[in-house]
Amino acid sequence: MVTIASYPQMQTGTIMDRDIYAPGLGTIVNIRPLTSLEKVFTIQLPEGQSLGHRPGQFMEVSVFGIGEAPISISSSPSRSNGTFELCARKVGDVTTALHNLKVGDKVGLRGPFGRGFPYENFRGKDILFAPGGLGLAPLRSLINQVLDERNLYGRVIILYGARNPGELLFKDELKAWSERDDVELMLTVDRGDEAWTGNVGVITTLFKFISIYPRNTVAITCGPPVMYRFVLMEFIGKGISEGNIYLSLERKMKCGVGKCGHCQINNIYACQSGPVFPYKEIKGLEEAL
Amino acid sequence: MAPLYYSITTEEQNVSLTILSKSAFQEFVARLLPHYRVVGPVPHDIGYSFEEIQDVTELRMEYPTTILPPKKWFLPPKETLFKFTRKNGGVIQDPPETPPTVILGVHTCDLHAIQLLDTVFSSGQYDVHYMGRRKKTLIISIECLSPCDEHSFCKDMGTLTADEGYDLHLTDLGDSYAIDVGTQAGADLLQNYSSSSVATKEEIQKLNAVINAKWPKFSYRLDFDVSELSSIMELSMKSPLWEELGNRCLACASCTNVCPTCFCFDVKDEVELDLVTGQRVRNWDSCQLDDFATVAGGHNFRASRALRQRHRFMRKGKYILDAHKHLGCVGCGRCARACLVNITPVSTFNELYRQQETGSH
Ligand SMILES: Cc1cc2nc3c(=O)[nH]c(=O)nc-3n(C[C@H](O)[C@H](O)[C@H](O)COP(=O)(O)OP(=O)(O)OC[C@H]3O[C@@H](n4cnc5c(N)ncnc54)[C@H](O)[C@@H]3O)c2cc1C
Ligand code: SF4
Ligand code: SF4
Ligand code: FES
Repeated sequence: MVTIASYPQMQTGTIMDRDIYAPGLGTIVNIRPLTSLEKVFTIQLPEGQSLGHRPGQFMEVSVFGIGEAPISISSSPSRSNGTFELCARKVGDVTTALHNLKVGDKVGLRGPFGRGFPYENFRGKDILFAPGGLGLAPLRSLINQVLDERNLYGRVIILYGARNPGELLFKDELKAWSERDDVELMLTVDRGDEAWTGNVGVITTLFKFISIYPRNTVAITCGPPVMYRFVLMEFIGKGISEGNIYLSLERKMKCGVGKCGHCQINNIYACQSGPVFPYKEIKGLEEAL
Repeated sequence: MAPLYYSITTEEQNVSLTILSKSAFQEFVARLLPHYRVVGPVPHDIGYSFEEIQDVTELRMEYPTTILPPKKWFLPPKETLFKFTRKNGGVIQDPPETPPTVILGVHTCDLHAIQLLDTVFSSGQYDVHYMGRRKKTLIISIECLSPCDEHSFCKDMGTLTADEGYDLHLTDLGDSYAIDVGTQAGADLLQNYSSSSVATKEEIQKLNAVINAKWPKFSYRLDFDVSELSSIMELSMKSPLWEELGNRCLACASCTNVCPTCFCFDVKDEVELDLVTGQRVRNWDSCQLDDFATVAGGHNFRASRALRQRHRFMRKGKYILDAHKHLGCVGCGRCARACLVNITPVSTFNELYRQQETGSH
């Protein structure tokens, strides 16, 4: 008997008759280029299903015939409305094939996977976001969630760095955030250009401009592997406690379900226990940072 | 772990034990053949392997070890997860069709490894591919009466016998097998396809004698008790030994390919010549290969062979135990036999222990 897979739902407990590796289908309903390398794909699930994700979680996205890649969910649950967004950088086989797809095309989907941000616990606190480069894609999900229930949180501070002005992602949203008086946004680029009048330097150079109340601040970062140690030093230097620092870590991931072994950080499977970790939990792990 | 039969005395005869003469065993296997895919140890030029047999004479129940463990019958080196069509992007699920299978002659080290794999693939997210095959398979294991060779260290790892994980378990009594029934399915198999008899007092005595004679033939090779292994590993993250192993290792992945407890895999798409249909396949992968942990942008989270050797032995001695409550090494010695530069678990674990005892790191 041949059956066509339906969309895999969030799983609780063990489901014995469903193939955890078989993707369901979603339809691309919008494609928005951000830079020469990044595009945002808006994806609709069959029958108006909602994804039911948490900011920080990711999807395994298939282009059949090419393969599968883990991509963070970039939209917030607060704006789901039957669709969700993925922001993908074109770096290799699957992501290039994804970039070649058109509105109306279908992609394979598994997920949402992993542990996201426990944002309910951040309510009442100030939040300091420090994404680097493509790290804004997953953090944007949380930022927009927070902005959509803005009165539940304290200050919202966003320090965002990219290599050059052309690589800054979500420029329209950055502009909107910068115009709000309840968001403190600071941008930096490693190398400026003629038009750039903002800060030049790596993301850590922004920290000297902010003062925070560390006991009431949650600090969050995501970015390229080299960035974490430096940003952590700044967080800790500001007096933020290890339990209030959250990192979203990238690893190679093949299965997303704790089997294939690729994502292991010492004895931890990043696809299941992560990708979001409180720093306190991974501090002692040799392979974490 | 306590040896299985030590406690069986003639006073405890209510332990149900069945006897099958060797010729009746041959007949039993012959009767299974029309109804089951029968797999067992078969000799080759370079060693033994678990193969499907067509005739009972191909089978060698007495064999030192196999090159690959029986794992390949549950987790094949390459398998199709599903087929797809690129036209409407649909996944076509062909339910895996595993014929009912009996695997014969599984040594107890491999039996322990299968129990680990069962836990890995059935807990958390349930893997229908592995478990589909596993559930269709009956395991008839056999008690080892002498060491496979100098590389075995099953006695250290507590895998020289097993008290669960099998449907039937054989012990060679010379001209017959004593059979311990592990499951109802095993009991039914015996009932339906064999002419076994209940063991007599004498046969139980004989079994006791065989089992008692076997243990002294196996020597301990670890310098410490296996219960200490996990904590030895925990304290060995910064050992200088990893650099040394890394300098020798060829990153050939032979060690992980032959290991009964390794289960890491890669997933790839293959497209047919029509360019429309294809399949997603999974292949065995190895943490010893260079790009196992490399992500886009080129960052490799385990860039050196030293870090990869450390990861492998940490999994064997600690991580797997932490995650699945089974040791990640069953002492079969296959990786030691396979390694061209003589990197072995026994020498590695002993050296880490020695370094800790002498405080040399
Ligand atoms: C939790 C998580 C969230 C992510 N979120 C995003 C996101 O929002 N946007 C985005 O653009 N990218 C994201 N990535 C990275 C993205 O998964 C990789 O860029 C993608 O897998 C590369 O696949 P490819 O086929 O295009 O490249 P390939 O042709 O496969 O290879 C290019 C390089 O990527 C490495 N690679 C291959 N497979 C993987 C894999 N499964 N995971 C990581 N690296 C791999 C290869 O080793 C190689 O160095 C995320 C990764 C993880 C683990
Ligand atoms: S690590 Fe070596 S000895 Fe241990 S189970 Fe694997 S192959 Fe056998
Ligand atoms: S078999 Fe030996 S040389 Fe090959 S990867 Fe394993 S340890 Fe290295
Ligand atoms: S991605 Fe396969 S185990 Fe985590």
